Amino acid sequence: MSVSASDVKKIARLSRLHVEDAQLEPLAGELNGILKWIEQLGEVDVEGVEPMTSAVDMDAPLRADAITDGCVRDQVLANAPKSDDGFYVVPRSVE
Amino acid sequence: MTDLTKLTLADALDGMAKGDFSSVELTDAHIKACEGAGKLNAFITDTHDLAREQAKASDARRVSIKKSGGTVGKLEGAPLGVKDLFCTEGVKTCAASKILGDFQPPYESSVTANMKADGMVMLGKLNLDEFAMGSSNETSSYGPVINPWRKNEDLVPGGSSGGSASAVAADLCLGATATDTGGSIRQPASFTGTVGIKPTYGRCSRWGVVAFASSLDQAGPIAKTVKDSAILLQSMAGYDAKDSTSLDLEVPDWVSACGASIKGMKIGIPKEYTIEGMPKEIEDLWQQGIKWLEEAGAEIVHVSLPHTKYALPAYYVVAPAEASSNLARYDGMRYGLRVEGENLAGTYERTRTEGFGAEVRRRIMIGTYVLSAGYYDAYYLRAQKVRTKIADDFKAAWEQCDALLTPTCPSAPFAVGRKVNDPITMYLNDIFTVTANLAGLPGISVPVSLDKDGLPLGLQIIGRALDEETVFKAASALEDAAGFTAKPEKWWA
Repeated sequence: MSVSASDVKKIARLSRLHVEDAQLEPLAGELNGILKWIEQLGEVDVEGVEPMTSAVDMDAPLRADAITDGCVRDQVLANAPKSDDGFYVVPRSVE
Repeated sequence: MTDLTKLTLADALDGMAKGDFSSVELTDAHIKACEGAGKLNAFITDTHDLAREQAKASDARRVSIKKSGGTVGKLEGAPLGVKDLFCTEGVKTCAASKILGDFQPPYESSVTANMKADGMVMLGKLNLDEFAMGSSNETSSYGPVINPWRKNEDLVPGGSSGGSASAVAADLCLGATATDTGGSIRQPASFTGTVGIKPTYGRCSRWGVVAFASSLDQAGPIAKTVKDSAILLQSMAGYDAKDSTSLDLEVPDWVSACGASIKGMKIGIPKEYTIEGMPKEIEDLWQQGIKWLEEAGAEIVHVSLPHTKYALPAYYVVAPAEASSNLARYDGMRYGLRVEGENLAGTYERTRTEGFGAEVRRRIMIGTYVLSAGYYDAYYLRAQKVRTKIADDFKAAWEQCDALLTPTCPSAPFAVGRKVNDPITMYLNDIFTVTANLAGLPGISVPVSLDKDGLPLGLQIIGRALDEETVFKAASALEDAAGFTAKPEKWWA
């Protein structure tokens, strides 16, 4: 499988990254180099093999459904690029 | 008075216990060393004032604990460095990325919290590859870290924990935290003549560590000796309910394992751990390592790990996939950099495009592609299945042996700027280390020799899951036999 310049444009959009039109071709070449190398994985017989989930067998831990954290609004907002009156300020998303 | 920065962590802890010097004296000596080492660019953020306060508090604590007959913390008063991937309360943490801006975590990572509770003095936050993505510390948006080892030109310290490795090798701190997703502790350790261990996945909590690839990321120390690395790991490790993959197990006494006999231990030599173009010196060194362990009483067995060649390609599916997902959180809304665009989507795009460096953007795009509709099974699911095959190779090897001996890296440190433009050549650096990440196994790099150019080379021991004890034993035996004491010439001060 290989990607074209228009694929790269689509991948960039999904990634929320901007790629200049002039960069689409070179980037496609770069990604294809890596993807071609990754395609070696096709040689491995994985019929009936379970995908790996963890190194050491363990059950997923469960905890009580209780509130353990919170009421730290000012701490949460302390790193906000923009905030006002206890809220995040973000660009308008609904006209 | 002797130069306190030349001490090992173990000796420094002893010296303070005996009252030969205080944490304040020890810390001041290291601050002075840090101040004179700007050329190495090992630190992103210095916390020297904080370190002085912590050292003073530590000395006072020692007095009062002594009075009450208690025991001091495992790291009491020791000046250490922290990779800037660990969140530290009130101290800028940016993962060497512009996108985090001047992010000041209001909380502490569990690993550094453990270390603080044990008496750590923090000298500062260490430079790294951006989001730990790199093998040479050249992707940092704070500039490359320079290896204290030199050959007429600046060399890379390896990556991603390049700042940690350089700082320890240059005696700027007694030890440092690091993280390893594909080799990021062990490869820089090999490049700088230091010791680095990645424990079993789940030993160290990932809570508060900036995420790269969650199923592979694991914290560990870089240190001057095997014993020092055991002391540090002993403090860093432990169960943490805040990380759902944290292992709910007691932390064994790894310090005591250092120096224990390896008589009768079975050491496996995997035949696949040699690659075309690998310098003969590394091949010879590996043979030398085999001899050393044999002389120390180990039995050598030859094993095969047939899927080794698929480890790196599998890694370069799994790691970018998880990274693309983890890094989706950097949207410019809640913290870090925001670059305003024409609309919301434009703001996202501009923020992420300006905030992430080229290698990080490349990996996000690869990850997004392999996870996108129609490709998930062909890439991610297949890679996770290949991962099972790699883990099965190791399980088969454990039928024959207790630990494996391999080279850490296929090369000595290379010049700054040399491999930056060729991603796959750069990725090959991790060829011998990445298998332990995929299978979740403990691995350590021990410095054993200098090459013909006078640059350090390391050997790696890989052990069974949860069997760091055997890893520390074998690593100590290797360390004792090699007697590696070389230090870089101090050209930077």
